[in-house]
Amino acid sequence: MSGVIETSGLVKRYGQLRAVDGIDLDVRAGDVYGFLGANGSGKTTTVRMLLGLVLPTQGEVRLLGEPMPKAARRVLPRVGALIEGPAHYGHLSGRANLALLDAAGPGGARRTRTARIDTVLEQVGLAGVRRRPVKDYSLGMRQRLGLAGALLRRPELLVLDEPTNGLDPQGIHEIRDLLLDLHRGGTTVFLSSHLLAEVEQLCTRVGVLDRGRLVLQDQLSTLTAPTGATIVETPDPGRVRAALDGRVLSTSAGRAVVRGDDPAEVNAALVGAGVPVTGLALERPSLEEVVLAAASTSADRVDAPGERSRR
Amino acid sequence: MIAVELRKLFRRPRTWVTIGLLNGLPVLVAVLLALTDLAPRPGEGPVFLSAVLTNGTLYPLAALAIVLPLFLPIAVSVVAGEAVAGEAQAGTLRYLLARPAGRTRLLVAKLVAVIAFVLVAVVVVAAVGYLTGQLLFDVQPIGGTALSGTTLTSQEIAGRTLLAIGYVTVSMLGVAAFALFFSTLTDSPLGATLGALAVLIASSLLFTLDAASSFAPYLPTRYWLAFVDLFRDPILWRDVVRGVALQGVYVVVLVGAAWANFTTKDVTS
Repeated sequence: MSGVIETSGLVKRYGQLRAVDGIDLDVRAGDVYGFLGANGSGKTTTVRMLLGLVLPTQGEVRLLGEPMPKAARRVLPRVGALIEGPAHYGHLSGRANLALLDAAGPGGARRTRTARIDTVLEQVGLAGVRRRPVKDYSLGMRQRLGLAGALLRRPELLVLDEPTNGLDPQGIHEIRDLLLDLHRGGTTVFLSSHLLAEVEQLCTRVGVLDRGRLVLQDQLSTLTAPTGATIVETPDPGRVRAALDGRVLSTSAGRAVVRGDDPAEVNAALVGAGVPVTGLALERPSLEEVVLAAASTSADRVDAPGERSRR
Repeated sequence: MIAVELRKLFRRPRTWVTIGLLNGLPVLVAVLLALTDLAPRPGEGPVFLSAVLTNGTLYPLAALAIVLPLFLPIAVSVVAGEAVAGEAQAGTLRYLLARPAGRTRLLVAKLVAVIAFVLVAVVVVAAVGYLTGQLLFDVQPIGGTALSGTTLTSQEIAGRTLLAIGYVTVSMLGVAAFALFFSTLTDSPLGATLGALAVLIASSLLFTLDAASSFAPYLPTRYWLAFVDLFRDPILWRDVVRGVALQGVYVVVLVGAAWANFTTKDVTS
């Protein structure tokens, strides 16, 4: 079975509110899955249901082919997680924190513990922290330590909620490289985020959550496939319209969008007509456009009743 | 898991600060008594205190009697109230459960750690009481007087002191169970601690009220001072046995409730 995370009809109701409203996730082995959604769209609740922290009202979760939360003790040691920011015991060192976490459950052999801790601290770039208590760590260091905790047992699946939160640009870059590296090593990554750019750079598959519903789930390459139009950059868009009458979909300052999925052909036609061309590219929708088209307003926006229908 | 919880508890500086503070009052009382030679008259003040000037061997018991009504339950409530709610507040609970520690296992480990804390706290109070007793008061090598007026040998006193330590530990388990149960209900350790203390204060108050006499035997604080009966000759077991049984019932019911709640709740902290 290649399904790493499968949910069917997953629902979580808090009183009247359906925080998660019947979603069918399908994350396959080898994916870097970007789980997108605005704040309050139910991402965190879903992640917590995957890990057995929140119990579903309806529906099923299968993690690595086994039912959750029933098989938690067998499955979760094979999963590394970073849930809504890192949390540690502030008075203990990072190393002591990792040792305690590792000892707190099955699947972490004591014999290899020190070596594994050394390895993951090296991986996340904290090899030199020594005995400093975690309360003296910066936010970025805590985030790295949280990631180290997730990697401690070389998991087959990483479930990461906003993993680059609190990191500076270099840190983000490092963590991205680390995740891609782990992915090449065979780890499936489930990345929950509201940062579109992060998901666009990292992920191979994308799911978009909107008000508790999964409105989109597909390969990133399919979602951002060329639209069949070519973007022409030119100082004089008006002459493009004149030269390729009927094929111009839109023009704006310095730019025209022309029907036709062969930039070379478009270029030849324009150059033949004497239109100066400074750039050519196939039009692809950005992930942002795809997500905005699929999702409605920001979920933390609270309109008066009836307001929404007018939007 | 139990080892992990014990390590967490006893490697935490706060645990030892709490135990240290717990000993402050008995030591202060001992110093005051030794300096002024003014012991309360028999029957007044904390039990055993009237006797310690003449026999320092009894000071561990006097120390326990001093901390028993308030200080010890506060310390126990703080530690037990912290057990689950503290992890929730720090956010470490979600990582423990996703590790997975297992909810039942985690709760059992927390319970064991709390019991270990109670035992260590009581033993330390008794030990510090022993040291202050030996240092500050006259010690009668032949043993001391039982409350009934007959004489006990040093060995008898030692044995019964150990029994008293055990009994006081058991007496605290009811409080611990209340705090642990509340700790699974809330994400605020302070709330859990204060809840357990509120139960204690209510229990102590109702105990003094004649109108509440119908259920007075079931109040959690009812038999706390029964450890005094261990120093009668012969030992008056009745209240001691009832006290142990009553605490047992509280522990079973409350830990059961804590388990039922904790294993079925959504962890959103």
